[in-house]
Amino acid sequence: MEKKDTRSGFGDGLYELGLKNENVVGLCADLTGSLKMNKFENEFPKRFFQMGIAEANMISMAAGLATAGKIPFTGTFANFSTGRVYDQIRQSIAYSDKNVKICASHAGLTLGEDGATHQILEDIGLMKMLPGMTVINPCDYNQTKAATLAIADHQGPVYLRFGRPKWPVFTEENTFEIGKALHLRQGSDVTIFATGHLVWNSLEAAKALAEEGISAEVINIHTIKPLDNKAILDAAAKTQCVVTAEEHQMNGGLGDSICQLLSRYNPLPVEMVAVDDSFGESGTPEELLEKYGLGIKDVIAAAKRAISRK
Amino acid sequence: MTRSTSELNEYVAQTRRDIVRMVHGVQSGHPGGSLGCTEFLTVLYQNVLRHNPAKFTMEGQNEDVFILSNGHISPVYYSALAHSGYFPKSELATFRKLNTRLQGHPTTHEGLPGVRIASGSLGQGLSVACGIAQAKKLNKDEKLVYVLMGDGELQEGQIWEAVMYASHNKIDNIIATVDVNGRQIDGDTKDIMGFTDLRSKFEAFNWNVITMEGNSLDDVQDTLSKAAVLSGNDKPICILMNTEMGNGVDFMMGSHEWHGIAPNDEQLEAALAQNPSTIGDY
Repeated sequence: MEKKDTRSGFGDGLYELGLKNENVVGLCADLTGSLKMNKFENEFPKRFFQMGIAEANMISMAAGLATAGKIPFTGTFANFSTGRVYDQIRQSIAYSDKNVKICASHAGLTLGEDGATHQILEDIGLMKMLPGMTVINPCDYNQTKAATLAIADHQGPVYLRFGRPKWPVFTEENTFEIGKALHLRQGSDVTIFATGHLVWNSLEAAKALAEEGISAEVINIHTIKPLDNKAILDAAAKTQCVVTAEEHQMNGGLGDSICQLLSRYNPLPVEMVAVDDSFGESGTPEELLEKYGLGIKDVIAAAKRAISRK
Repeated sequence: MTRSTSELNEYVAQTRRDIVRMVHGVQSGHPGGSLGCTEFLTVLYQNVLRHNPAKFTMEGQNEDVFILSNGHISPVYYSALAHSGYFPKSELATFRKLNTRLQGHPTTHEGLPGVRIASGSLGQGLSVACGIAQAKKLNKDEKLVYVLMGDGELQEGQIWEAVMYASHNKIDNIIATVDVNGRQIDGDTKDIMGFTDLRSKFEAFNWNVITMEGNSLDDVQDTLSKAAVLSGNDKPICILMNTEMGNGVDFMMGSHEWHGIAPNDEQLEAALAQNPSTIGDY
């Protein structure tokens, strides 16, 4: 299977947006190559703003550009896109309802060797708590590119989270719609709701479970906010038990959102594949996913636990 | 329409009355910095800004735009907006009350015409102004972006990110005014975190720096005219505006004490006696 990094999906999507929408502008805090924003920069130099290593200024300046009618896409690592600039996002973008797209690469453990200073695992939680913020974590190159294109047409602030490693490309093009869950595999014994890189691990887990006679459904929740409540409740009602899988802290992530939903409308067994209140460390993406309990075998084990609790 | 100096003086006195009445009315808010910036905001809104208060648009295309970075001086800001026609003066009576558009700190959230960004958490306004200024350049819109910051606010690191950005990128359509009143909540700025010689700091970042006596109506008018002429010359413009916190109300001047407290009934009467009504109370 072809592998591509999700950040390239962002870079290619942004370039396409540049061609078709002259209001789209790009801002980057000294990570143009890492964010794959070079093509946009080279083709549209007047609409690209090199901000230097000054993320707070970048976020508030994006709010100013949006005030004047532009559609700014900011680019830096997920850590510097969220925690470092939380107050700027809260006041100048979310509370001020500015049409800014905060595009964040190198999220989660799969950043790899740079270690915990850069491996943010709290960003989904930080962003989803802000009123009015849309939060999207695509699962592969195609979906990241499609999401980049889609958020330009969405009026309001968006947090778009993607990553560094080359990862299997398995979704079809043109299957992305903000807020609409994507059914990737049908099943009747357990539903796995997954986001980001963990969607692939969940599909692999479902394949392995099938060999053991367990029928696992895999649903890609790329939009964590607003959550596709109906798709989640319908699927859970059918299989009667749930696994959530994400490259994020258990606190504040996708699993947390799904537990809130199910506890209110249909309390069912939920098992969460996520980082359990811990920082990451240096290592390869594969090593880290395994050590922190986000590997394929962890999804398989969670599915069996969930089924046993029915 | 250009207002005469005597008309401007009437607006200044009325705005000072508005400020103390608004803050007294809810027993909260920030009168000190508001009073000190009364001449500046009056001249800016009555005579300088090329804007269209009757038809407010968020984008402000082909208009001069003002961003208030030190959002706590909302009383003077709201009074200036009301007196230039963004919303009815009567709405000043709702300041800081439940369901008001005149929140404690300015916001776009309640749809108050004239406000383009929320401010209150300090240090963000100059960056926002840089964004609007860049958009104006992209749009070939030759109008200007004005921004006001407090001198204490300059202790926020983000300000200096924006100062660096603006000069490096030749953002010469920004006129950034610093309210140099020398006071902040906990005391005098020179004691809390002093800046020796602000002029040299901005000049070191390659800004064009001019000074202004902010409580002299004539000097505010002259200097703002001069600043507009300096725009378009590859350098951002900084006005260091010397003011007296609490100006116009004798017992509020001379210390930081009136940064963020409200007058009682007796103090209100004394303040109003020093600023008789001119164009009518809200």
